[in-house]
Amino acid sequence: MKEKEIDNSKGISGWIDKRLPVFTFINHNLRDYPTPKNLNYFWNFGSLAGITLVIMIITGILLAMQYTANTEIAFDSVERIMRDVNNGWLLRYIHMNGASMFFIIVYIHMFRGLYYGSYKYPREILWMLGVVILLLMMATAFMGYVLPWGQMSFWGATVITNLFSAFPIIGDYIVTFLWGGFSVDNPTLTRFFVLHYLLPFAIVGVVALHLVALHQFGSNNPTGIDVKSEGDTIPFHPYYTVKDYLGLGVYLIVFAFLVFFAPNFLGHPDNYIPANPLQTPAHIVPEWYFLPFYAILRAVPDKLLGVLLMFAAVLVLFFLPWLDKHKIRSANFRPFYKQFYWLFFINCIVLGWVGAMPAEGIYVLISRIATLYYFGFFLVIMPLLSKFEKTTELPSSISAAVISEKFDNKEPSTSESYVK
Amino acid sequence: MSEKDLKDNELSDSVDEEKRDFLFITTAGLAVAGGAVTALSLIDTMNPAKDVLALSTTEVDLAPIEEGQSLTVMWRGKPIFIRHRTSEEIRTANNTSVSDLKHMASDESRVKNPKWLVVVGVCTHLGCVPLGQKVGDNKGEFGGWFCPCHGSHYDTSGRIRKGPAPLNLEVPPYDFVSDDIIKIG
Repeated sequence: MKEKEIDNSKGISGWIDKRLPVFTFINHNLRDYPTPKNLNYFWNFGSLAGITLVIMIITGILLAMQYTANTEIAFDSVERIMRDVNNGWLLRYIHMNGASMFFIIVYIHMFRGLYYGSYKYPREILWMLGVVILLLMMATAFMGYVLPWGQMSFWGATVITNLFSAFPIIGDYIVTFLWGGFSVDNPTLTRFFVLHYLLPFAIVGVVALHLVALHQFGSNNPTGIDVKSEGDTIPFHPYYTVKDYLGLGVYLIVFAFLVFFAPNFLGHPDNYIPANPLQTPAHIVPEWYFLPFYAILRAVPDKLLGVLLMFAAVLVLFFLPWLDKHKIRSANFRPFYKQFYWLFFINCIVLGWVGAMPAEGIYVLISRIATLYYFGFFLVIMPLLSKFEKTTELPSSISAAVISEKFDNKEPSTSESYVK
Repeated sequence: MSEKDLKDNELSDSVDEEKRDFLFITTAGLAVAGGAVTALSLIDTMNPAKDVLALSTTEVDLAPIEEGQSLTVMWRGKPIFIRHRTSEEIRTANNTSVSDLKHMASDESRVKNPKWLVVVGVCTHLGCVPLGQKVGDNKGEFGGWFCPCHGSHYDTSGRIRKGPAPLNLEVPPYDFVSDDIIKIG
């Protein structure tokens, strides 16, 4: 399809567009932008993640206007937000649950990429930028959880920063440096607050790069087949704006349900006890979105190895495009990969579950097996499948996959009716 | 042409434009309304919080203030000037012709008890705190207060007499709880 030309000679928008091509840009990227016509609802999660980021930044800025980053009054200032500030409870609950929603969205977004091979040629950098965003999100979420200065905040900060003490020789220096002292204290809180405010804007920057990389080759699609003709695509607007809009509506209903009916469901009650450096809570767990990685940490009896494996669990994602070199993207046409994929998915859930359980008895064994499969999937199964897996027959094009095979020969006229 | 396309074409001939408009307008309307309500409640978080509003009254015991003395107290984060006026000061305030004033107001209208003048100590020009509370202060040409920032002169009733300020010093809401105690706010 042809892009609609913007007339530079007419009107105020034309005048501006000639000098600063904003309207051309919007038209090119959000309106006529050719998008594969077979995207399913799993392709909603990118835009949902973007919207969640905006929600988090807006509520975060408003919260920062009320919050005080000082160990003496941080906890009370959060309680003041809950009790005294107009709609402060709403603001905090949106931000608190927004973090969880953000991770749910991003994890689904990643599992989608993993299933449909969205990280493969030519989208390797797109995927790697996504992993950078994930890392930034994890750092931001962790530091945000410290700010209310409850028991879980304090001991979470202590445990996570102590991870770095595992490194030989320099470990203790790193930890002292991170703390700005000899324990998690006021200097730690103030720097965490500053970084928690700063990093989201870094995320915005990387998201912009993520989008540039995305629009270089356009979206992948459920068949994983490249767009071959204009008939394989439809303009982004109105087809996908409306699809994203519907998805957004459903998402906001779920989000609002959490905020209004179960705001503390995903939290931990111990964080409503002010931080006490003299007493560790009996059962300390990170937020749910860190549980799989926490389980990997605890699966290993050696301190340094556990820490390294936990970092490796995220870093291995960077190498995904080179671990899975199978030419076919979509798992729909890879019968073996598909099964290992779903096993991997269940495995991640299991890791999350044992991460929440006490580190004893049968849970240790389960976490070890699950950790083994986590790395086995990436480091053994993927390279082997790349070499040996035979795929099922692929449709000849996206359109061919959309329309049932028997009408395939008249394909062009079909797609025109979509484009109109 | 496939069967599906034939169907599509039939459908496109019978598109109900009115129904589409209705759907479009209701959807957009709902989104705008929802967005507006959300935006308003979020913006409302920046308004004074309950604990701020709870601090909006101040009680002051006037008994220790001798005639001719002044006291400055805080109310809502702003200075309140309380002056125990001498009979001389009250007389000059009363003898001033109201119609000559920049911001017309009689002295009676600005006090509850002529002996006590209670005003917000913030210059109505650009918010500085005028001089005149302490013994050695420059009280301006009219014996009240003088704002050093841009030279506004206030009289013994706190009325603007000279300089750029447009209005008299504001009289805060207050009541005499007893003969010697006032409650501001």
